[in-house]
Amino acid sequence: MVISCNLGIVFIYFLQSKPITPTSAPDEGDIFSEEGSYIRSDVHHATNGLHSDEELDLFTGISLHRCTMTRNDIMVKCYLSHQHTSVQSLEATVELTLTNTTSQGRREIIGPTASACNTTHVPNSILKPSIVTKTMEELEEEESGDQFELNIAVTNPEKIGDGMNAYMSYKVSTQTTLPMFLNKTFSVRRRFSDFLGLYEKISAKHSLLGCIIPPPPQKSVVGMTKVKVGKEDSSSAEFVEKRRAALERYLQRVVAHPSLLQDPDVREFLERDELPRAVNTQALSGPGLLKMINRASDAVNKMTIKMNESDNWFESKLQEVENEEQLLRRLHAAVDSLVNHRKELCINTAVFSKIVAMLGSVEENSALSRALSQLAEVEDKMEQLHQQQAFSDFFILAELLADYVRLLGAVRCCFEQRMKVWQRLQEAQSTLQKKREAEAKLLWANKPEKLQQAKDDINEWESKVSQYERDFERVTCTVRKEVLRFEKEKARDFKQHIVKYLESLLHTQHRLVKCWEAFLPEAKAIA
Amino acid sequence: NMTSISEDSDKEKMRSVSVDLNNDASLVIDIPDALCERDKVKFTVHTKTTLSSFQKPEFSVPRQHEDFIWLHDTIVETEEYAGFIIPPAPPKPDFEGPREKMHKLGEGESSMTKEEYAKMKQELEAEYLAVFKKTVQVHEVFLQRLSSHPMFRKDRNFQIFLEYDQDLSVRRKNAKEMFGGFFKNMVKSADEVLISGVKEVDEFFEQEKNFLLDYSIKIKDATAKAEKMTRSHKNVADDYNHISGALNNTAADNNTAFKKHLEKCAEVFEKLRKVEDRMASDQELKLTELLRYYTRDIQAAKDLLYRRARALADYENSNKALDKARLKGKDVAQAEENQKQCLQKFDKLSESGKKELTSFKARRVVAFRKNLIEMTELEIKHAKNSVSLLQGSIEILKSN
Repeated sequence: MVISCNLGIVFIYFLQSKPITPTSAPDEGDIFSEEGSYIRSDVHHATNGLHSDEELDLFTGISLHRCTMTRNDIMVKCYLSHQHTSVQSLEATVELTLTNTTSQGRREIIGPTASACNTTHVPNSILKPSIVTKTMEELEEEESGDQFELNIAVTNPEKIGDGMNAYMSYKVSTQTTLPMFLNKTFSVRRRFSDFLGLYEKISAKHSLLGCIIPPPPQKSVVGMTKVKVGKEDSSSAEFVEKRRAALERYLQRVVAHPSLLQDPDVREFLERDELPRAVNTQALSGPGLLKMINRASDAVNKMTIKMNESDNWFESKLQEVENEEQLLRRLHAAVDSLVNHRKELCINTAVFSKIVAMLGSVEENSALSRALSQLAEVEDKMEQLHQQQAFSDFFILAELLADYVRLLGAVRCCFEQRMKVWQRLQEAQSTLQKKREAEAKLLWANKPEKLQQAKDDINEWESKVSQYERDFERVTCTVRKEVLRFEKEKARDFKQHIVKYLESLLHTQHRLVKCWEAFLPEAKAIA
Repeated sequence: NMTSISEDSDKEKMRSVSVDLNNDASLVIDIPDALCERDKVKFTVHTKTTLSSFQKPEFSVPRQHEDFIWLHDTIVETEEYAGFIIPPAPPKPDFEGPREKMHKLGEGESSMTKEEYAKMKQELEAEYLAVFKKTVQVHEVFLQRLSSHPMFRKDRNFQIFLEYDQDLSVRRKNAKEMFGGFFKNMVKSADEVLISGVKEVDEFFEQEKNFLLDYSIKIKDATAKAEKMTRSHKNVADDYNHISGALNNTAADNNTAFKKHLEKCAEVFEKLRKVEDRMASDQELKLTELLRYYTRDIQAAKDLLYRRARALADYENSNKALDKARLKGKDVAQAEENQKQCLQKFDKLSESGKKELTSFKARRVVAFRKNLIEMTELEIKHAKNSVSLLQGSIEILKSN
């Protein structure tokens, strides 16, 4: 497969011994049971014989491909697409070169160098060349073709300990064909503070570069206290489920991010048996995180320094992001209201069902009595339907919106980072200016002994300025890329969830039809 | 603000919570339309008759709720009708719900977007219409119960109500002066005690009494719970409305792919809301209203039992008085006459009471059957609409 782009020709080659098969339907009880998933299996690609000596990283060119959800377990699986395939069974090295993309945020497609240890380098002469030229667009379309699989699930919450020192431990299971992991399937146990710790590490490293860091799920003192105290009721079960699902989505977003997936801390989190206890996670409580994000946007707003033309994109984009955050908040509130009312409907239907049953038992006419008990059963079934629907309302729609409100906050942080870098550049430039003025003054005042120092200073600050200029360029490029990636994923995410939600509604309505159709003859039988 | 309702195909289904009471062509009554002016409803009562007691074969008059109450009260106070189940008076039109909404709408107008305002107005209109339909139905049924009853249909006041083409309020005031506090004659609170306390000889009435006492409690409870359930259902429909609005707002600010998905979703919610609303209001009209009606009807049946129990008590008292008179040797003839009359009254009430209660049973069963079938058919229809709506939208979204 060959990609040609604006800045040069790139060749990819690999030798493939067999087509990549998608993960087949696994056994019963496998947490990754796949309903309705698809992976393209037509992954034959041509080969060519060129490779570069650039140090390339393995999985930069991946994106969140498709989320599927199983019935009620609402397990979202991420299929990572790839520009090519490289499987451990291959005998040849897969190499891919790509030149830098333009700053329009085009995808940087970079491939691996020597991948897994069981590959051997095959000389060019053996490879069958077959060059296919593709444009950037075609490439992007094709990315769904090659896929590495990385499925993550968070399951089996377990309470460890008692009383106020108790905590919930979750099983984090990974199933992957990515060679950078030691195994194909593995699992570890993690607790909530571990997830917060992961966020902190990621954030410290990547946010300065302008990456959008997915925010972790929120702390909840009330929720956790109930669990600790051992309240075995439905509200604490609900809380645990809500948290479990949120942790799962969080991890899936993290690994869907090309740079984050490569972070050794992420890998360690998924793989390592024992993780050192994360401290200092206080700052990352819900309100704490929010405060941090709000401070960020305040700082950005206070920025009065006008930047150059390209900033129009950033300025208007930031405005868009802020607007959208507000609108999604309101949408979330509306959906939240729906969830509550649906739950109320559920309760009221159950209550009504019972009284109808009682009415039926008192009724003297036997046919009517029977019909009323049947009606009570119908209402009972409807209560279950409403409950399931409320579950879908919450987990498919409400949580999606809540996640995106927080994600948009993270996007704002991203812009803030860029501003910080800009500020640093400005300050350095003004310092440089001052040093130059100082030098000029010294020349004028004819103090040669201090001149050397002044020259040294100028050199120091000149190199700083150029460093910061490069940083700013890089951050600008990254932020743009990140935003575009984010928007694409957001559109995809929303579409998938909307479809899933409508399907849940459809399912409910189907069942409703069946319930009432079963009752109709009973009603007609009244004599 | 005026709203009017006229014949539509669904109204056919909404006709009566009871049996089809219009099956006797000699006197057919309906309320084809009504006007709502500032929460005062003017019903158009339309009569078609072959009876010679009426001046014309077909005519219409405007009537207010108070006129219906006047008619009901005169019938209750008519001694002759003591042995009948008096059709329950229709409840006053209750526009409290829509009024509240209208108030909220007025207050929040400045803080809402144009779309939000339009949506709330929509909701308000729907709620108004629902209350309207209910009140028309319940007033209509009241008249139809009277017209289908062999004794009530001949009632003079009933005829006046149907025919008198002037404003009834003058007559009403006179009637009130005439009857005064008669209506309060019956102390309702003594009701239950008296009925349950009566030493019942007749097996039929014993059974009826026990059944009605138990049933009335349960059906009242069922009505309240049905109301709560319907209320929740309507809240869900309202939420769909708000979600649709919020989705459109979010879409307005956006770029292509995202925008299209949101708009499509908004459209689905909008349509679903209509269906959900219909589901809720049809359930209310058929089931909740049925339960409400029979709660009142059962009360009317209990009132009959009460009157009979009072007659029995009077008879027993007259017996005691007769014994006393015989002992004293004074006013025996008078006491005998009194006793005879009490017995007659009691027997008459028992006889007609038995007939009334028997036909009441049958009527109740038929009414439940009719309404349960209609409700089920409507719910199936609405659910199927939802199914095809959702299927279509999912197709479109997936293909994009």
